[in-house]
Amino acid sequence: MTPLGALFYLLAAVLLGAAVLAATRRNPVHAVCCAVAVFLSAGGLMAVLGAPLPGVLMAVVYAGAIMVLFLFIIMLLGLTAGDGPLPTGRLVVPATLAAATLVALFALIGADPTGARLLPAAMAAPAAVGRVLFDTYWLAVEAVSILLFAALAAALLLGRGRSGGRAQPTGGPAA
Amino acid sequence: MADKKQGVVGAFLDGAAGLAGSYAATMTHLFRKPVTEQYPEYKRPLPARTRGRIVLTRSPDGKERCVACYLCSGACPVNCISMQSEVGPDGRRQAAWFRINFARCIYCGLCEEACPTLALQLTPEFAFCKDDIADFVYEKEQLLVEHGGKHPDYDFYAHAGVAAGGPKGSHIGEDDPVDVKSILP
Amino acid sequence: MDMLLGVVVMLVKMAVVLGVALGLAAYMILLERKLLGRFQVRYGPNRVGYFGLLQPLADGLKMLLKEDIIPDGVDRRIFLVAPAVVAGTALAAFAVVPFGDGLTLFGHRVPQVVVDSNVGLLLVLALSSLAVYGLALGAWTSDNKYSLLGGIRGAAQMISYELALGLSLVPVVMHARSLSLSDIVAAQAGLPFALLEPVAFVIFIIGSLAETKRVPFDLPEAENELQAGFHTEYSGMRFALFFVGEYVNMVLLGAVTAIFFLGGWHGPFLPPIVWLALKVLAVPVFLIWTRASLPRLRYDQLMALGWKVLIPLALLNILVTGALLAAGV
Repeated sequence: MTPLGALFYLLAAVLLGAAVLAATRRNPVHAVCCAVAVFLSAGGLMAVLGAPLPGVLMAVVYAGAIMVLFLFIIMLLGLTAGDGPLPTGRLVVPATLAAATLVALFALIGADPTGARLLPAAMAAPAAVGRVLFDTYWLAVEAVSILLFAALAAALLLGRGRSGGRAQPTGGPAA
Repeated sequence: MADKKQGVVGAFLDGAAGLAGSYAATMTHLFRKPVTEQYPEYKRPLPARTRGRIVLTRSPDGKERCVACYLCSGACPVNCISMQSEVGPDGRRQAAWFRINFARCIYCGLCEEACPTLALQLTPEFAFCKDDIADFVYEKEQLLVEHGGKHPDYDFYAHAGVAAGGPKGSHIGEDDPVDVKSILP
Repeated sequence: MDMLLGVVVMLVKMAVVLGVALGLAAYMILLERKLLGRFQVRYGPNRVGYFGLLQPLADGLKMLLKEDIIPDGVDRRIFLVAPAVVAGTALAAFAVVPFGDGLTLFGHRVPQVVVDSNVGLLLVLALSSLAVYGLALGAWTSDNKYSLLGGIRGAAQMISYELALGLSLVPVVMHARSLSLSDIVAAQAGLPFALLEPVAFVIFIIGSLAETKRVPFDLPEAENELQAGFHTEYSGMRFALFFVGEYVNMVLLGAVTAIFFLGGWHGPFLPPIVWLALKVLAVPVFLIWTRASLPRLRYDQLMALGWKVLIPLALLNILVTGALLAAGV
């Protein structure tokens, strides 16, 4: 096994372990910490597979921004750990969905004749990724960003409607 | 400024001028000589009435001024002064022992104000440290000094009290003793 | 043999970078105390050693000997790890910071950087965004309302200003056409980006002030409202880790500002490493000067500045830069 291969399996093991822990922790902050570990090891996996740009973006966007928001909300609302053992009934639906997705994924890979072939090691430079993203698939990228923008505007509209008008600024002219 | 309408540019320039002003002020401070007094090297001369360590002073003739009247002990808000009075060989009252616990003393100066003979005085000495808190209990021998403190010329027994070494009425400004057997006014 | 040599060179480079970063951070504490003193018309520390030069050692020794207090009600594991996250992410970011063009030792070309990653800029951003975990988790686990308030403020502030910070670096990447820090410095051989992109430079400085939680953006640890904010409950070496992390961050900020905007080691007359050192030190000195000069922002002012001024300005700056580059100016 090459050193990179060993690193791959190590990161994969960390990822799986952290994911299981994230799903089963009763304390929300512990769950967030495990989720951060999942995203960081996923980023590491991408870097090992020769795509450092998505790997770092994983760390910046998911671990560095989205999970911080989760933590922020948990701290703001003062959520505490649940009591007793994990309610296993609650896990049935997501577990079934995840298992079905996994089975479908393997079935698709098995059905595709190119899926079983080993790909050569690739080195995706940031410029190459950018070219693919904004040249070849520019329409999809723009569509997704418009979708996100619509979601943002809708959230803003809902938030405004609930609070009943614009909040008054509290400070003097500098505010 | 607040009530006057100003545009974005005006507000920006206003803010920039404010920032530049505070940066300039600190920059000029950087080249000024610090005003700090370096303590152990330079000790600021303190006024004579600064309230520091307590001493027991002596009259100009070298005798103890303290008459062990307990007024300082009574005035002390933290009860750090204690003593025992006795009558000395010359008939004057004095302290058999006199004790101040400086670990308790709050240096308020009430004892000094209470003292009728100006014996107990506070000095400007403030920095006296010990490794052991028990060492802060000062006995009479440690409290007594060889001078008159802030009032070097005052002598209580020259004005009042037992006239040791002279006949009655020999105090300064004292009338002759009244002869109770005489009918003259 | 070559692999062994590579490992040895890598270890030596790591040791040098760690040593330089930690040493600089220790003396940055002294520099800050000295400079703040002079800005406030007093002497700084001048007792330990000549000119107070041994003060960092004395402080370190004191911190080591202090009791490491773990309060009741804290989440032990998170409480113990949080300070290490702050210091660790700051130190790890130095791995991608280049210190020169490269040396030629014994016929081998040795780049003066631990890892010359082609996504170096993003790695710096990623590590700075992970640093918020140390702050937020340390604050949450302290079981103290002041700490919690500090942590909430810190998390919100760092997420908000990360956006402005990242957007202000986009024009730099557009000019350099690379995310590698070495390439970015190489692109500034003629003109430093601070002159080419003054708006981005100003936004970067303001955003990084907020990222390092320094005055006027020190709301997470606002002393007069929150005691010490997120590190109120920490003592001894764990507090020292938070403290050193802050100063390592200052040095890191100096280094990345020098590389992104001030032209790295390029400069006339003086040797490259001297130029780099001067630029790296200039930024912390400016931060200290700012700390002496400006009051703390109010929380709503902080958010308004970030979201309503800096982010739109940074976006506009990207558009203008892109238009100018496309027009071939």
